[in-house]
Amino acid sequence: MSSWTDKRPMSPHVSIWKWHMTMASSILHRITGVGNYIGIFIVVAWLFATAAGPDYYEPLAGLIGTIWGQLILFGFTLSISYHLLNGIRHLVMDAGKALNPKFGSFLSGLVLVLAVALAVGVWLLSGIVPGIDPLNMTGSAPMGAAQ
Amino acid sequence: MSKQQASMRTPLGKVRGLGSAKHGAGHFITQRVSAVALIFLVPWFLISLIGAVRGGYDGALAWVSDPINAVLILLTVGAALYHMRLGMQVVIEDYIARHSTKAVLLILNTFICVVLFAAAAYAVLKIAIA
Repeated sequence: MSSWTDKRPMSPHVSIWKWHMTMASSILHRITGVGNYIGIFIVVAWLFATAAGPDYYEPLAGLIGTIWGQLILFGFTLSISYHLLNGIRHLVMDAGKALNPKFGSFLSGLVLVLAVALAVGVWLLSGIVPGIDPLNMTGSAPMGAAQ
Repeated sequence: MSKQQASMRTPLGKVRGLGSAKHGAGHFITQRVSAVALIFLVPWFLISLIGAVRGGYDGALAWVSDPINAVLILLTVGAALYHMRLGMQVVIEDYIARHSTKAVLLILNTFICVVLFAAAAYAVLKIAIA
C-alpha cells in the first residue's frame, strides 16, 4: 500500500526515530513473540514424534542434535527468556507502574541482560552444552539425543 | 467511582459488551490472563522438558505418561497456543493493510493454532492414556 494520497503531514515513521531502549524492547518483544510462534512447532513435533514411536522420534532427535538444531534451540530458548521476562515488565506497566521514561529504559536494558543470562544459564546448568554440566544433570550418560 | 476505575471497560462498553473493534476489552484481558498462566507454566515446562529429553525416547515417553506432567503439558501448550494466536492476530492487524490478505492470514493463524493444539492433545492423550 504505497499509494498514500492524504496531503496532510504524516507522523515520523520508524526510520526517522532515533533508537532508544524502550523502542528496541517493544520491537524485540514482538520479534521474540513471532520467534516463539515458530518455535512451538518444534515442541509439538517433538510431542507428536514421541506419541508416534521411535521411528519418528529418533530422526527428529537426531535433527535437533545437529549443530544447526542446537543453534535453533538456543535461539528459541533466548526468545522464550526475553519474551517471558519482558512480558512480566509489560504486566507491571499494565498495572500502571514503571512507566517513567528513565526507569522504563533502565528496566528494558535490565530485561535484555537478564534474558541473555537466563538463556545461557539454562543451557549451562542443565548440561545441554557438551562437556559442561555443573549440576551433573546428565549423570554419567554422554550428551547427545541419540540413545 | 473507584469501582469504575477497577474495570477496564467503560460503563457503555459494559452494557454493549463491545468496543469499536466489536470485541470489547476481551482480547486485551485474555492476552494478559494467558500471559500470567504462562509465567508459571513455561519455566516448569522448560526445566521438566530438559530432563525428559535427556532420557532419549524412553525418557520422553515416561515424562509424558506421568499424569501430572500430561495435564501440565496440555495446559502449557494450550495456554501458549491461545496466547500466541492473540499475539499473531495483532501483528497481522498491524502490518497487513489489504483486507483480503488480512482476512486470509487471520483465518490461517487460527487454523495453525487449532491444528497444533489438536496434534499436541492427541500426542499427550495417546501416551498418557495408553
